[in-house]
Amino acid sequence: MSVLVYIDTLSGSVSKAAMEAVYYGSKIGSTTVLTNGGIAADQLAVLGECGASKVLVNRAVTVDDASQVSKLVVAAVEATGADTVVMPLDLTGRAVAPRVSARLKAGLATGAVALPAGDGTIKVNVFSGKAFGNVSVKTAKKVITLTPNSLQIEKGGAAAAVEDFNAEVGGASITVKEVRKQEGDILLPEAELVVSAGRGLKGPENWGIVEDLAKALGAATACSRPVADIGWRPHHEHVGQTGVAIRPNLYIAAGISGAIQHLAGVNGSKVIVVINTDPEAPFFKAADYGVVGDAFEVLPKLTAEIEKFKAQN
Amino acid sequence: MKFLVCISKAPDTTSKIEFTDNNTKFNEAGVQYIVNPYDEWYALVRALELKESLGGDVTTITVGGAADDATIRKALAIGADNAVRVNADPKDAYFTAFQIAEYAKDKGFDMILCGKETINYNGSQVGGMIAELLNLPYVSLATKLEMNGSTATIDREMKGGVEVVEVNGPFVLSAAKGMAEQRIPNMRGIMAARTKPLEVVEPAACDDLTSFESYALPEAKGDCKYIDPDNMAELVSLLHNEAKVI
Ligand SMILES: Cc1cc2nc3c(=O)[nH]c(=O)nc-3n(C[C@H](O)[C@H](O)[C@H](O)COP(=O)(O)OP(=O)(O)OC[C@H]3O[C@@H](n4cnc5c(N)ncnc54)[C@H](O)[C@@H]3O)c2cc1C
Repeated sequence: MSVLVYIDTLSGSVSKAAMEAVYYGSKIGSTTVLTNGGIAADQLAVLGECGASKVLVNRAVTVDDASQVSKLVVAAVEATGADTVVMPLDLTGRAVAPRVSARLKAGLATGAVALPAGDGTIKVNVFSGKAFGNVSVKTAKKVITLTPNSLQIEKGGAAAAVEDFNAEVGGASITVKEVRKQEGDILLPEAELVVSAGRGLKGPENWGIVEDLAKALGAATACSRPVADIGWRPHHEHVGQTGVAIRPNLYIAAGISGAIQHLAGVNGSKVIVVINTDPEAPFFKAADYGVVGDAFEVLPKLTAEIEKFKAQN
Repeated sequence: MKFLVCISKAPDTTSKIEFTDNNTKFNEAGVQYIVNPYDEWYALVRALELKESLGGDVTTITVGGAADDATIRKALAIGADNAVRVNADPKDAYFTAFQIAEYAKDKGFDMILCGKETINYNGSQVGGMIAELLNLPYVSLATKLEMNGSTATIDREMKGGVEVVEVNGPFVLSAAKGMAEQRIPNMRGIMAARTKPLEVVEPAACDDLTSFESYALPEAKGDCKYIDPDNMAELVSLLHNEAKVI
């Protein structure tokens, strides 16, 4: 099998979701990575370690125009003879993969959570994380997007050969006027650790105790929907069925009831810790570890213990 | 301006998710269908707001069977002017996108809007595929949309932040949270919806790219382990030694 993995970079560095896509590709077949010119030189080695045998770098096309990027990807598929295209299910993958699929008339499996099974079917998330579907792609060429945090990377590949790659992609149809960076440097969709809080925190002025714990852990912060709707927290932190769906290794939820719509976006988390004053809160049914207690007392204590643990380890 | 809004039905967010026929079919028994929240709250409502300020009309399009008419009437009750249903069970996202593109290709829509994904298949596929099939620009995950003449200024989610882009119509857009506020249909809207046109068109022949072979539910969780709120050292130790996540 010959695989092409398309990734783009944020400030030059390869994201964890992108590394996972490269690793996923290398488990399917011989993998070429296509990336944009923004990638930092030292990051090219990371791609080899994740299993890429070759890296194609395009320095001309910006990452903003899905139409141009998909033409570039299709040109690279033709140049390499790839039969499978893999992308992370990040914001770029969501824009580019469907265009590539339609252009190549290649079936798309979105949101894979595992390597293809023996019969070739691909397990993907459906019903907002409440179930899995097994998709069969009926075309010779296939496109797969990978849900972040779905597999453990074992690094160890050799250095990959790097080549420039150019293709005719036409003019841009979208003009970028402004880019506003998000605060904090851990991106929620691919964070391994997430600390989240809900209406139980009573007001935005109380979020310091949530941020302190997140900082001690090196975690991203998230919130329930009403919290984002009232404007206590930015919209991009809202997780759940109608917010961001996440599957971190650890999800700590304080003052969140655990309504079905909230659970839908977080129940793929490997380990869930719930802190709630109400022992009947539905979230405890989905939790691995539960603390029946007041978030205002429990969170600072937990932060102190994490800091102690970090100092010793 | 002429707006086309893609509407999908989705099970009500509180629905119990179960499968039948040897886990090959979603169990629809007792399931209440709603308009997919992203399609309704954001794509449709923003299209209606723009129509109200700029003039024009809003058409919804759904690929689905006659049973979907009830869901389509809800979209009409919120304020869409007319609706189209492509009379076929959608086999996959490509089939859906293909039928919508076939319908739209010679109708002169200025903007085609859809939700960022459905809450049942979470594909994020249809918008991008329509854009490719019609060779139009595609702005995914839009959170804000303003029009100045024929130029749209759109905020969209990008990795690590928000990007403000400009695009000239026609174009395809997928809507995420922030685009508009939910509208509740009123009695007048509900009455008016009954008489609004719902055109049914037959599907075009389309290649079969993917299919769902079967479904599975996640493994049941073990029991929750309770920890004394005064003993956070124990929680930290469990997270490190037992769960191995820190
Ligand atoms: C169509 C639809 C889609 C939705 N999508 C989403 C979604 O994507 N994400 C989402 O989150 N919700 C979503 N919801 C809303 C969801 O149903 C719930 O209303 C929401 O998750 C509740 O948020 P909450 O738990 O923060 O608030 P509440 O329900 O108010 O619960 C607050 C919790 O905090 C606890 N508490 C109070 N004080 C303390 C304290 N001092 N210490 C510890 N605990 C305390 C309480 O016991 C309670 O359990 C959706 C709803 C609908 C209808």
